[in-house]
Amino acid sequence: MVMMAQNVTGKTLTICQNCAINTIEEGIALAQSGDTLRVERGTYREYNLFVDKPLTIVGIDTPVIDGQKRGEIFRITADNVSIIGLKIINVGVSYTSDHAAIRIVKSEGFNVSNNELEQLFFGIFLEKSSRGRIANNRISGVAKDEYNSGNGIHIWYSKNVDVQDNTVEGVRDGIYLEFSDSVHIRSNKSRKNLRYGLHFMFSNHNFYGDNTFENNGAGVAVMFSKFIEMRGNHFSKNWGPASYGMLLKEITDATISDNIFEENTVGINIEGSNRIVYERNQFIQNGWAIKVLGACYSNTFRSNNFLYNSFDLSYNSRMNDNLFEGNYWSNYSGYDLDKDGIGDIPHRPVKLFSYVVNRTPETLILLRSLFMDIIDFSERVSPVFTPDNLADTKPLMRKVE
Amino acid sequence: MLKILKYSFYDLLRSRWAYAYFLFYLILGFVLLFLNGDLSKAVITLMNLIIILVPLISTIFGVMYFYSSREFTELLLAQPVRRDAIFLGQYLGITGTLASGLLLGLGIPFVAYGLFQSNEIYDFITLIVSGLALTFIFTGLAFNIAVRNENRIRGFGYAVLLWLFMAVVYDGLFLLTLIIFEEYPLDHFSLSATVFNPIDLSRILILLKLDISALLGYTGAVFKNFLGTKSGIFISCLALLSWIVIPLWTFMRKSRKKDF
Amino acid sequence: MIRVSGLEKKFGRQTVLNGIELDIAEGGIYAILGPNGSGKTTLIKCILGLTHPNEGEIFIHDKAVRGKWKYRNAINYLPQIANFPENLRVKELFSMIKDIRQSPGRDERLIEIFNLEPYLNKKLSTLSGGTVQKVNLVLTFMFDSPIVILDEPTSGLDPLAMLKLKELIRQERAAGKTLIITTHIMQFVEEVSDRIVYLLEGKIYYSGSVQGLLEKTQQQDLEHAIAHITKQELYA
Repeated sequence: MVMMAQNVTGKTLTICQNCAINTIEEGIALAQSGDTLRVERGTYREYNLFVDKPLTIVGIDTPVIDGQKRGEIFRITADNVSIIGLKIINVGVSYTSDHAAIRIVKSEGFNVSNNELEQLFFGIFLEKSSRGRIANNRISGVAKDEYNSGNGIHIWYSKNVDVQDNTVEGVRDGIYLEFSDSVHIRSNKSRKNLRYGLHFMFSNHNFYGDNTFENNGAGVAVMFSKFIEMRGNHFSKNWGPASYGMLLKEITDATISDNIFEENTVGINIEGSNRIVYERNQFIQNGWAIKVLGACYSNTFRSNNFLYNSFDLSYNSRMNDNLFEGNYWSNYSGYDLDKDGIGDIPHRPVKLFSYVVNRTPETLILLRSLFMDIIDFSERVSPVFTPDNLADTKPLMRKVE
Repeated sequence: MLKILKYSFYDLLRSRWAYAYFLFYLILGFVLLFLNGDLSKAVITLMNLIIILVPLISTIFGVMYFYSSREFTELLLAQPVRRDAIFLGQYLGITGTLASGLLLGLGIPFVAYGLFQSNEIYDFITLIVSGLALTFIFTGLAFNIAVRNENRIRGFGYAVLLWLFMAVVYDGLFLLTLIIFEEYPLDHFSLSATVFNPIDLSRILILLKLDISALLGYTGAVFKNFLGTKSGIFISCLALLSWIVIPLWTFMRKSRKKDF
Repeated sequence: MIRVSGLEKKFGRQTVLNGIELDIAEGGIYAILGPNGSGKTTLIKCILGLTHPNEGEIFIHDKAVRGKWKYRNAINYLPQIANFPENLRVKELFSMIKDIRQSPGRDERLIEIFNLEPYLNKKLSTLSGGTVQKVNLVLTFMFDSPIVILDEPTSGLDPLAMLKLKELIRQERAAGKTLIITTHIMQFVEEVSDRIVYLLEGKIYYSGSVQGLLEKTQQQDLEHAIAHITKQELYA
């Protein structure tokens, strides 16, 4: 509270190219805790700016901070720092240190918003920081190779951060979380990134919702994390041999609901993940809506729509401990004589052909051939290769709205 | 030749088969669309159906028509008419009838349902184009069988076998080969095996529309180049075209030499 | 008018025509005779281009006919077995052929001669064998062509129709046309033909006048002469 009061009462310093203060470095040096720096329109060729006191740095008409590829631009080591409305370009690329446009180290109460970051290595880098906000930033890189590119928003050992309404494209991972808990990621757009649109590692109790992940190397990866809520996101056109909308690896107790997976090579790729509830998701025209690899236990799939996927579900084992109930399957061929909206015969979503394709990927070319349909039909009548308890016993006759 | 075509048409329009074929598609189209109310589902169902049904019907009708128009052929052969004109006219007569049955039978319900206002129009065009190509291909193959076999029972037998082979057995052998030789790079083999069967070829055209997401999961570069680009569609269409032209050419060659 | 030179035709291993040499001058009636399987119909079909000879050439008006089709404008042909599209009505058949030949035709007079008016709206599949043959005859005589080829024209005809057919044949001959007729009815041959060509095992056994054949075989009539040849062949 004391800090907040200082913010309100602090004075304002104006920085422009013809002003008394014509560099940001000078401005920071002259300012006192709680002051506001007004950076006016112009190009400032500066880097390695250390913000070590609570300051608000506001760009007027998006001034440009050009790092000339020499190194890091802002390093924030104080609490309650705001960086708003700047355009930061030409962050130095290094193989030894992770240079960022804005790095926040061991600080609280930060606010990074309305900035444009271009020609960058790392974008916004949080290191052991918490209670902050990253909003409305536009981050766009021109990353070509994974080894010499960084992440758009990198969150490491941090807590209680809101990441909202940002657009991230052309970097390695759009948004990256490692050892970070209670992070809220909402309404961001993450597109055309080399690797993942969003990447979780060892991060628990996080929420992400209403984000769009499009055309990323491999969609969203959630690994080694617990209690993640994933709601209302849109995953589309993540295409390629090792590409998917969402990759789940060693995840437990998560909820995945109301997401849309559209035209991905694989909608969700699940490996060793348990106790996950999948509800009201839409799987539309994916190559594989859901691919289950390895042991996955006690997962529940309920009220999802599976629409026109080449394969709705693929398993690589004969065992099933997951529950499929009350989903809509567009290729369900049963009937509903008692008119209760639920198909009278169970639906078996795993085709034998998906096993064949898992084994010999080239056989995919025989998709939709009459021969395969006959084989699939006979397998459906008497399962030999597919888990015989894997069936939706209450397939819906109409789409879930 | 136009005269022959006219009378072939005339003759076919008198037989109930042509109408049955048309009505079948018409009813199928309406049932799929108006009972289900889902345009893309209807298109997918039809695609699966058409690549199997069109070859079957075209082969059977082709053989049947060639045998049943034997009298007509003999009557014309003694007239001052070019031989090529007679046979080409008959080929176009039957393919034209089957093609318009398909086109109108499916076109009417889809247009009535509002095809032109939907995104599925390109899928529908793919469906119709491959359906028409298969009609021409399998009628041509059927005529080849019929012109070489005086014995009708045998001709019908070969026609059904041809269909069975192309629609089912071929893919079985294809699959078996892929599994047996899975350690080897199979890209080129798969592509050529596909090109050598018109049913597989039209299936690929349909896959390119419906299952592109799955196909992009392929690791092989050859496939990616083929499937991911316009040239894939172009080569497929070219192959379909040669499947039309070559059987027609061998049929015409045989019919020129045939004794009546 | 029609010249056949070195004509050979094999169906598989069976030789049906074996070096036929034949000259048919303009005008007159030529009867082609011979036992079953002697190659009469095959010869006619070769002339029409329905069947392709293995060797030899056929010339009509001194032009080789192989692979050609326009020369058939000069020929009216009555096939031995009249196969017509079954779905067609008689009237439609006539107008179709007229349409294809691009020629008006004189079908009305012929329909009258053979009393076909009641059948004009009937489908060909419902007609009796004799009526079909009459339809066949109408189609043949409908056009004014210099060559008329009749393969077994008498089959299935009632006596009245037979009389009318003979009358027609005489009219055509009087008009200076060349008629080629195959038949088994010797009486018919004796009555109408100017020359006969006798085929035996794919070769021309005799070609000349009726009188000449009688002299050659020393028989009183054609029937016996033919029987004589056949017998000789059997015991040879």
